[in-house]
Amino acid sequence: GGSLTKLAYYSTVQHKVARVRSFDHSGKDIEHEPLYEISVQEEITARLHFIKFENTYIETCLDFIKDHLVNTETKVIKATGGGAYKFKDLIEKKLGLKVDKEDVMTCLIKGCNFVLKNIPHEVFAYQKDSDTEFRFQTNHPNIFPYLLVNIGSGVSIVKVETEDQFEWIGGSSIGGGTFWGLGALLTKTKKFDELLQLASKGQHTNVDMLVKDVYGGAYQTLGLSGNLIASSFGKSTTADKEFSKEDMAKSLLHMISNDIGQLACLYAKLHNLDKIYFGGFFIRGHPVTMRTITYSINFFSKGEVQALFLRHEGYLGAIGAFLKGAEQDNPNQYSWGENYAGSSGLMSTSPDVFPMQRTRSGTFDMFEMDRLERPLVNLPLLKDPSTYIPDTVDLTDDAMARKYWLTCFEEALDGVAKRAAASQPDSIDASERAEKFRQKYWNKLQTLRQQPFAYGTLTVRSLLDTREHCLNEFNFPDPYSKVKQKENGIALKCFQSVIESLDSLGWEERQFALVKGLLAGNVFDWGAKAVSDVLESEPQFGFEEAKSKLQERPWLEDSYSQWLERLKEGPPHKCALIFADNSGIDIILGVFPFVRELLSRGTEVILACNSGPALNDVTYSESLIVTERIAAMDPVIQSALREEKLLLVQTGSSSPCLDLSRLDKGLAVLVRERETDLVIIEGMGRAIHTNYYAALKCESLKLAVIKNSWLADRLGGKIFSVIFKYEVPCK
Amino acid sequence: VFPWFGLDIGGTLVKLVYFEPKDITAEEEEEEVENLKSIRKYLTSNVAYGSTGIRDVHLELKDLTLCGRKGNLHFIRFPTHDMPAFIQMGSEKHFSSLHTTLCATGGGAYKFEQDFRTMGDLQLCKLDELDCLIKGVLYIDSVGFNGHSECYYFENPTDAERCQKLPFNLENPYPLLLVNIGSGVSILAVYSKENYKRVTGTSLGGGTFFGLCCLLTGCSTFEEALEMASHGDSTKVDKLVRDIYGGDYERFGLPGWAVASSFGNMMSKEKRESVSKEDLARATLVTITNNIGSIARMCALNENINRVVFVGNFLRINTISMRLLAYALDYWSKGQLKALFLEHEGYFGAVGALLELLDSA
Repeated sequence: GGSLTKLAYYSTVQHKVARVRSFDHSGKDIEHEPLYEISVQEEITARLHFIKFENTYIETCLDFIKDHLVNTETKVIKATGGGAYKFKDLIEKKLGLKVDKEDVMTCLIKGCNFVLKNIPHEVFAYQKDSDTEFRFQTNHPNIFPYLLVNIGSGVSIVKVETEDQFEWIGGSSIGGGTFWGLGALLTKTKKFDELLQLASKGQHTNVDMLVKDVYGGAYQTLGLSGNLIASSFGKSTTADKEFSKEDMAKSLLHMISNDIGQLACLYAKLHNLDKIYFGGFFIRGHPVTMRTITYSINFFSKGEVQALFLRHEGYLGAIGAFLKGAEQDNPNQYSWGENYAGSSGLMSTSPDVFPMQRTRSGTFDMFEMDRLERPLVNLPLLKDPSTYIPDTVDLTDDAMARKYWLTCFEEALDGVAKRAAASQPDSIDASERAEKFRQKYWNKLQTLRQQPFAYGTLTVRSLLDTREHCLNEFNFPDPYSKVKQKENGIALKCFQSVIESLDSLGWEERQFALVKGLLAGNVFDWGAKAVSDVLESEPQFGFEEAKSKLQERPWLEDSYSQWLERLKEGPPHKCALIFADNSGIDIILGVFPFVRELLSRGTEVILACNSGPALNDVTYSESLIVTERIAAMDPVIQSALREEKLLLVQTGSSSPCLDLSRLDKGLAVLVRERETDLVIIEGMGRAIHTNYYAALKCESLKLAVIKNSWLADRLGGKIFSVIFKYEVPCK
Repeated sequence: VFPWFGLDIGGTLVKLVYFEPKDITAEEEEEEVENLKSIRKYLTSNVAYGSTGIRDVHLELKDLTLCGRKGNLHFIRFPTHDMPAFIQMGSEKHFSSLHTTLCATGGGAYKFEQDFRTMGDLQLCKLDELDCLIKGVLYIDSVGFNGHSECYYFENPTDAERCQKLPFNLENPYPLLLVNIGSGVSILAVYSKENYKRVTGTSLGGGTFFGLCCLLTGCSTFEEALEMASHGDSTKVDKLVRDIYGGDYERFGLPGWAVASSFGNMMSKEKRESVSKEDLARATLVTITNNIGSIARMCALNENINRVVFVGNFLRINTISMRLLAYALDYWSKGQLKALFLEHEGYFGAVGALLELLDSA
């Protein structure tokens, strides 16, 4: 670019992962052996890195690249943007690589498609006068067609119809270069940023002729407000008056923004499009221009079109150039996820608010995406994928909730760091890494306090995920592995007696006991501070103790009677999809008896567990071992496994929460194949922080125990209140 | 009842049309009050009024028949900031004693209504500016320009050598897109005499050109600004497609001569220091004109209209802009759109106001 270099590169990252492996138990004393073996292994994953820095550092950067280009066949480097011409020789000399210049617009659009597909909260609308400046949008499953208005020195308007199909439909010469060039002439101010700052302080009404200057008031027959600009610079038509720099800059900004907005609307109308993304240096993170463009689009489209902006707009060209170079091992065939630990996040460059962060974002910025093992897709049972929002509370919006949760995560941080260090007693640098983790996550929380919009909509889920990413970054892949191992072992020992006591009950009593067991199991959540305190201090705290903690019926949310009615009156479900939560008592004594009952009714069961570890949530590989051990004790489970009526799958996620729009493709295929007609979501993270309001095409059960008094209070209950939400889609 | 005036008070200019009856009988002459006679004499025997009022003699329509009376139609303009002096003069000439209605349109009809009443003892008849504009355009075009065509266009607008101004027959005018470029710009889609709508408008108009020129060059009149522009070279100020791509940008079918960024070269300090005031004036004119052309073209496409009539005082003595508009419309629409112009550029609102007066009488 003109002043910033954006570098995109691919790397393989070696990091530690926790693995579990079943022992061969034959002839051994099972009573005193752990259930399975835990090992930490090195794994190599793919990561995309994006770095943004000032052009003055380009030599340092090239040295860095030279030192890190390893085991690569790379002979060319793809470059785009104005600087591609300027630095061609330097790059070729330093790296010994050939510079391949790529078309700017092609790269921009490739990059745009990539972020729109892979980053859930990429797109936002700008709202100046609300508590949340940035209003993030849910990704529509189909991103096409859209209009991209790139405001560089001029304006390009491009219609994008498919991955490879786009068309330049128009443009305008009045763009960022006009603001800068004309602004420099009028105000003798040389820098673009300074011009914007001048503009943000000026009064355009001193320079512009308004409708009321012509009419004395509004132009009522046309409904044009008196404050509308009738003629930009219409008051400066005199040689003998002086105008302030601020006022002229403001007038110029309005003139240009309005003009671009008007043309964009005219093109959108002509091509029948309602999504307009704005990018280019004129926009790039500048609240002032986002505001004026938003105003203009709203005015000229009469509110029918929304001006949209992109969180990683500055990187689009670099991403696109990279994708052009990587066409052979097409990154587009994978799913990618933003790594919160390695990304700087969106910084408001508002000149007044955060001068410190402003400098930081102006000079250096990072963005990382991890390649996910498996492609992610929508759950086919979502009622309307285009309006599905996983998260229940938007913390960018809700300042009170935001304050509470940020503090909550801050307070829990020392404990998490301690547990992380303790989980690797044999590692000499564990406490050092744990401290680094603590610092990193603490800093993230502080950033989010000031700029809640940094990573898209702030939610409890994003706070939890950020913590997991930070733990992974410092090689704590699974701090709870030993806790889970121990708890799974203990719970397995109780399995048979729990089943026996359930089987002794009458049908109706048993149904209630099963639900209660499921809820009691869900109390065992190391992620909830209220619970982890109890578990730390009372090691004997067990299933019965948990049951006694539960709220008595009627529960806070209680549709148990309807559920019972459904079981009594209706035919057995064809197939149930269950999203499990915690290891130990939860999965073994809560979920499995419930699964067993469903199987006995003739309902097939898909049990979905996380692909990677998060807190003490049961992982897919752990669930395999646990199920195997249960099957050895229980003929119902055993035959269901053999006959493939009980299927274990992974979710594709490593989050304590659940995003039903990003699930493992294999799971989605199976759900469709087995004609799933019941979805059961268990736990606070998956059924309350997320999906509480999720609408499905089939029957669903959302159940959880609220293990946080603030949240309980919010929902009108007390700690250990029970949520039992049985929903039937309306016909 | 004479006198017959039509007044259009815009943001920058006041446009006044005056019908001078030429068929006054001796009897009428006898009865004519002194005030009325003196107003007629004052207006018709001068070509300039005060330091800023001007009669556009070349536009005068001769031997016109209006409401059964024969006479000449005069076209007079002065700056809106002299409005108080104008009202003062009306008061001194005892205009109110004539018991005539003064029909006025434009924003100033509303803004100065109070002043007319208190200073001039005159009750204005306020009229909508767009109604008047369309009425005026249709009327003047129908009567013609002293035997010539009122409407014209540029043939071969894309060829500087062969480009020439030719009359255009606007007998069946509908539908047409009417682009009125005053201080700001209004764009109307006209489907019939009564059926029209304002499609959009832009604040980048004649006022913007003149205002920016004053700031950039220190000029003080529109004429001066245009004169400067005629001697300047905008390609020193603007960044062209070829400045970026070395030639045409074929991927998008953009010719090298197209402006990629208006004032784009002015981002560089050296270039700011090397341009002349004339270059800046020319760039301002080209920027504003092209932008109006491009908005008008988009409106024409959206409304599915292929004739675009440009009016308004921005086009007065401004052949550069007219040719540029003709060129831009033709080039970017691949010959689908035609730019038309009218000889009486900025006076149609005032003519419309005069016609309203006669209709109401």
